[in-house]
Amino acid sequence: MIKERQLNTFVLGLLILIPIWAYLNDEPFIITLMTRAVIFAIAAVGLNLALGIGGFISFGHAAFFGLGGYVMGILAWHSQSYVTLIEWPIIFEGTKSMPLIWIITILLSALLAAIIGMISLKTTGVYFIMITLAFAQMMYYFSTSWSAYGGEDGLSIYMRNSFPGLNTLDPIQFFIICCTILFIVLFFMGRLIKSPFGLALNASRQSRQRVEAVGFDFHKLQLTAFILSGAITGLAGALFADLNRFVSPSMFSWQLSGEFIVFIIIGGVGRLFGPVIGALIFVWLEHSIGGISDYWHIFLGLILLAIVLFGKGGIIGLVCREDTQNE
Amino acid sequence: MNKVFKFPIIISTVLSVIAGAASADTKIGMITTLSGGGAGLGVDVRDGFMLAINQSGRSDIEVIIEDDQRKPDVAVKLADKMIQSDKVDILTGIIWSNLAMAVVPSVTAQGKFYLSPNAGPSALAGKGCHENYFNVAWQNDNLYEAAGAYANSAGVGNSFVLAPNYPAGKDAIVGYKRTFKGDIAGELYTKLGQTDYAAEIAQIRASGAENVFFFLPGGMGISFLKQYAASGVDIPLTGPAFSFDQGILQAVGAAALGVVNTSQWNKDLDNAANKSFVKSFKEAYGRLPSLYASQGFDTANLVISALEKADVNNAGAFRDALRAADFESTRGDFSFASNQHPIQSIYARQVIQEGDVFTNKVLSMVLENHSNAYVDDCKM
Amino acid sequence: MSLVLIAEQILNGLQFGIMLFLMSAGLTLIFGVMGLINLAHGSLYMIGAFIAAAVASATGSFILALVAALSAAALAGAIVEMTIIRKLYNRDHLDQVLATFALILIFSEGTRWVFGSFPLYLDVPAYLQGAVTLPGGIQYPLYRITLIVFGLIIGAGLGLLITKTRIGVQIRAGENDREMVSALGVNISKLYTFVFALGAALAGLAGALVGTIQSVEVGMGEPVLILAFVVIVIGGIGSVKGALIGSILVGLTDTLGGIFLPKLFGLFMDLATATNVGSSIASMSIYILMSIVLVWRPTGLFGQKI
Repeated sequence: MIKERQLNTFVLGLLILIPIWAYLNDEPFIITLMTRAVIFAIAAVGLNLALGIGGFISFGHAAFFGLGGYVMGILAWHSQSYVTLIEWPIIFEGTKSMPLIWIITILLSALLAAIIGMISLKTTGVYFIMITLAFAQMMYYFSTSWSAYGGEDGLSIYMRNSFPGLNTLDPIQFFIICCTILFIVLFFMGRLIKSPFGLALNASRQSRQRVEAVGFDFHKLQLTAFILSGAITGLAGALFADLNRFVSPSMFSWQLSGEFIVFIIIGGVGRLFGPVIGALIFVWLEHSIGGISDYWHIFLGLILLAIVLFGKGGIIGLVCREDTQNE
Repeated sequence: MNKVFKFPIIISTVLSVIAGAASADTKIGMITTLSGGGAGLGVDVRDGFMLAINQSGRSDIEVIIEDDQRKPDVAVKLADKMIQSDKVDILTGIIWSNLAMAVVPSVTAQGKFYLSPNAGPSALAGKGCHENYFNVAWQNDNLYEAAGAYANSAGVGNSFVLAPNYPAGKDAIVGYKRTFKGDIAGELYTKLGQTDYAAEIAQIRASGAENVFFFLPGGMGISFLKQYAASGVDIPLTGPAFSFDQGILQAVGAAALGVVNTSQWNKDLDNAANKSFVKSFKEAYGRLPSLYASQGFDTANLVISALEKADVNNAGAFRDALRAADFESTRGDFSFASNQHPIQSIYARQVIQEGDVFTNKVLSMVLENHSNAYVDDCKM
Repeated sequence: MSLVLIAEQILNGLQFGIMLFLMSAGLTLIFGVMGLINLAHGSLYMIGAFIAAAVASATGSFILALVAALSAAALAGAIVEMTIIRKLYNRDHLDQVLATFALILIFSEGTRWVFGSFPLYLDVPAYLQGAVTLPGGIQYPLYRITLIVFGLIIGAGLGLLITKTRIGVQIRAGENDREMVSALGVNISKLYTFVFALGAALAGLAGALVGTIQSVEVGMGEPVLILAFVVIVIGGIGSVKGALIGSILVGLTDTLGGIFLPKLFGLFMDLATATNVGSSIASMSIYILMSIVLVWRPTGLFGQKI
């Protein structure tokens, strides 16, 4: 029975040691795999704020993930083809600088989350699930038919975007960028959960009346959480598009929204490191059991079923046996 | 994750030593769709490809096959794995244009050869062409251009055109209009993945068109054909082979009978390579091959023919050997245009029934030694 | 754009809606009575279609194929309910989402394992082929009319079941207050298994009926599943009447939107842009509809106030 804190440290260790091992042993693909897991983890950490702590299940977080991807794709594409993006009020030809792209991504994702949140948070329960799904589907169909940016064929970005001082095409250097972002996001999350806002959000999941009795505005709480959640997942989307050097409408698919939820459940809902553990396990399962047979989805399904039926509270719940998150 | 096919045969080893062929192993990575709804096409390409590899008797070719699940990011991940971890020399296999767009540019930029057994997006034929990218099937527009040419030769004055609202669909209409000289009686774009076409069929009926050209791949085509046949509308249908391939025809059945479709290959093409291919495919797999299988078969034979001349590690020589296309194609005459897409003949064929099986029969050659519209855009 | 054409398109929208109704009725009952989000409903639809195709080609009888589809789906539903779903009632929605998501994977690849990767053949039986001339001169396929009639009969049957039978009373009570119903001595597990199997049977039947004029392939259930969820959200969870109204609304919006929106835009845009914009908006139209309904009525048209 280990404490959650020890488990978290162990996971942090894995995140650092595995890529180092891979680097020393010339296995760049393992680094790429870890980068993929880390990016999915960031996306799921964003979702966990809304889903795990806020308690509202969004089945449309792929909307933000895809938006992040397309923001990156559009900015970089204009830059690499020397086509002007906007002419007024200033001439802007797009950019391939990662930090700038991230800032724009976070702002736009937050804006989208504000719009979607204001409409969707009027509903609850399965209605909320469905309306968030609807928005993601709208973005999916819209991007499929928007030929200017490739439609269903998507956009290819031949060279990875640039980060001052680093060679981003080198797998280990790109991994370090993504992993650092994950650590920053986790740190931010950790502080947020313990802040008055975080505690109020947690309480609002359990009882709306009590939270309002203490003087918090329920809707404001939820909306703020949703906006933060969307911004983080959007950032992950920009990183994902950079990893694959490609963005397409499939980043908006509802199956992807479902996968984010799956990561959180596998790891442990509402736990800080839940999404990280879930993403790591899922990416590794996908990689390793794919070799068993052409029908490996069956095994994946069986494993997920087992986790749900017998592992209440996800992996963290199983290993730590603590009811709530402790410090 | 690895499916490794190696076929050591003593005679071939001796022969290859005598012939002085490359002794280093050539690794080919095949990324194709083997699960989910569109798996039939990937299975066909793989089976055709491996049939040729087996028949060659060479022991120095290793093929690693992976399933992309029709997801672009999985395809990219697999390409990375094959290049970084498996250290392949050649990649191939992708069925869908959107996955090809995700994978091909970075594969060729990293100095690896990519031979497409199916997807032929215009972006990679024109401005995005690359000396390491070869397409062994067709450029996406080719079959649609042939349909337009067929309509001209059949004296069609106006057509109703129908395709899903996504790049490949729009390309289909553009390709058809490029050659078709008549008027367009109606133009409809459906939703990708749409299954009910009653509304579109009603529009077709009301349009008074002389024929209908449609592009609806996979399940969409099956639904449309069944519903069209049941609707009583008797305006003739035409389309590219993608809705009339051997795998789909069995699911559509009588609803497709008589439809004219365009293809660069059919099982009754009269050349020795094709006759032997159809026979051996049927023996090996117990079913008739489709055009996808023929494309996989030809791709493998292209590689083998190039390996006879040059080592894959000598990029310049290997590329020249590929460009020479010195192999017996199941389509008869085959050569490459300057943008490394096929110059080939395209036929109009008709769906018929042979006993229990639905298949196609060649009607006429519609385009002879046809290249593609993007040759000039390619500055290689 | 003649009146006849418009009338025919309305019929098409109706028929599409009625087929959606079969899918959604089962889904809304399952959610309403058991509070269970069942993502695997699409898989049951697919199983119905595949069994129907297999039985039809083995026996040549369409009726037998339908019966087999219904029974196989009901059986699959009952087994799944008793082994897996039963453990999820007391869990929160998230666990249900994950478990039923896992079931989709298992069913899809399992079907591909049994039946192969290529689509199957299933066609309209000879006695239902051809078109009929309706008043007004509309030529409409006989099979589609059969579907409309059949769907309405089933809808009526369901309505009768719910309002006039004992089981129906239990279902309605169970939707309102599960614990009370159990306390009153109703065998809840049997009721739940029955409702789940009923929902599964409806989905399987829908799969067989629709698969006849569409394609029977792996993954055919998921797009319909999404549509069914949209329908039950618009109609209101737990309400069969809501599912009927919702499906007809969705069917009409989708069908008419796809045809008329491009034409509408064509009035003030050139053809290419109009088709582009019109088709894009048409594919988003049902989601826009759902959002409007939810903003106006956050629990759907006939849903229960929370």
